[in-house]
Amino acid sequence: MKKLSVTLSLLAVAIFFMSANLPLGDGYAIGDKVDDFKLKGVNEQWYTLSESMGADGAIIVFTCNTCPFAKMYEDRLIELHNMYAEKGFPVIAINPNDPDIQPGDSFDKMKERADKKGFTFQYLFDDGQEVYPKFAATNTPQVFLIDSDMKLRYKGAIDDNPQNADAVKTNYVSSAITALKDGKDPETTTTKAIGCGIKAKKNG
Amino acid sequence: MKCRLLFVLLLGLNLSGLAQSNSPRIVNFEEFQPYLTNTSDTTYIINFWATWCKPCVEELPYFESVTRDFAQKPVKVLLVSMDFENQIEKRVVPFIEEEKIASEVVVLVEPNANAWIDKVDPRWSGAIPATIIYRSDQRSFYGDQFASYEELKSIIESYL
Repeated sequence: MKKLSVTLSLLAVAIFFMSANLPLGDGYAIGDKVDDFKLKGVNEQWYTLSESMGADGAIIVFTCNTCPFAKMYEDRLIELHNMYAEKGFPVIAINPNDPDIQPGDSFDKMKERADKKGFTFQYLFDDGQEVYPKFAATNTPQVFLIDSDMKLRYKGAIDDNPQNADAVKTNYVSSAITALKDGKDPETTTTKAIGCGIKAKKNG
Repeated sequence: MKCRLLFVLLLGLNLSGLAQSNSPRIVNFEEFQPYLTNTSDTTYIINFWATWCKPCVEELPYFESVTRDFAQKPVKVLLVSMDFENQIEKRVVPFIEEEKIASEVVVLVEPNANAWIDKVDPRWSGAIPATIIYRSDQRSFYGDQFASYEELKSIIESYL
């Protein structure tokens, strides 16, 4: 009986994805309120966005273990968290990839990576891929900065130089947070960056 | 003596010419942009890829087949590598040699992607693979891996 219910639920998941695997919509626009979500972290605890965000907001970042661009930003994510968590903007990292397509992004591999790199922030798994499509996240790494009202204020790249942290001219996330702290709108609200496409479950 | 010196010089030039033909051209965005706006009668297939990008590498044989099968037609494939500057010699050059890539390869080195992604195509998120197919002012953008060579081939045929 248990086996049957597992099979049925797998079937339900499969059907869901066959219908859900349509081209992504536009997702949240700048100024939109972001829906709460509940995802499991690498420490086996469950986290909701509303409970894990800071007093002023959160730096939500879709990232993963395998993408070279994502790896280049791991140290910078740790720095961002250490710098801004106490100031009200913790980093909340989410791996959106389907491990069936990218085995290196399984939950177990996430634990290993978080441990090896000493992540100071929560690293959550979008198991079932229900969260990232709402953001219309397209690649890793990609940031979505929300304010205390859970409204999206900035989306895009972390800074303007993935390959060389020392040569960064504009840190988009820091600039946006500074603006929010001053009660202003971020000067730049959307940027694009080269990255690895999010590995979505395939049809059938 | 003079003659010998000239010979050595010529040999040197020749060797450096050979070395260059084995390496992909490294371009910044300004140097790359003309590839996107050619007004000739040729159909261009411009694919953004990297050696570390699994879905990109999976579909590279499709582009190689285009270069081979459309050799007699006004069709040109350009593979634009997003590999990192410090990995060109270590990864891109050996990859081209081992896979015997016949299509032209350039490596686009321009760190601030936000400044140029929309100039390639506003529909592009920045995720790779991504492909642009165009002839003069007729243009399509594909932000995902092609399902098969047949899919890519029929798109190109619609341009001819």
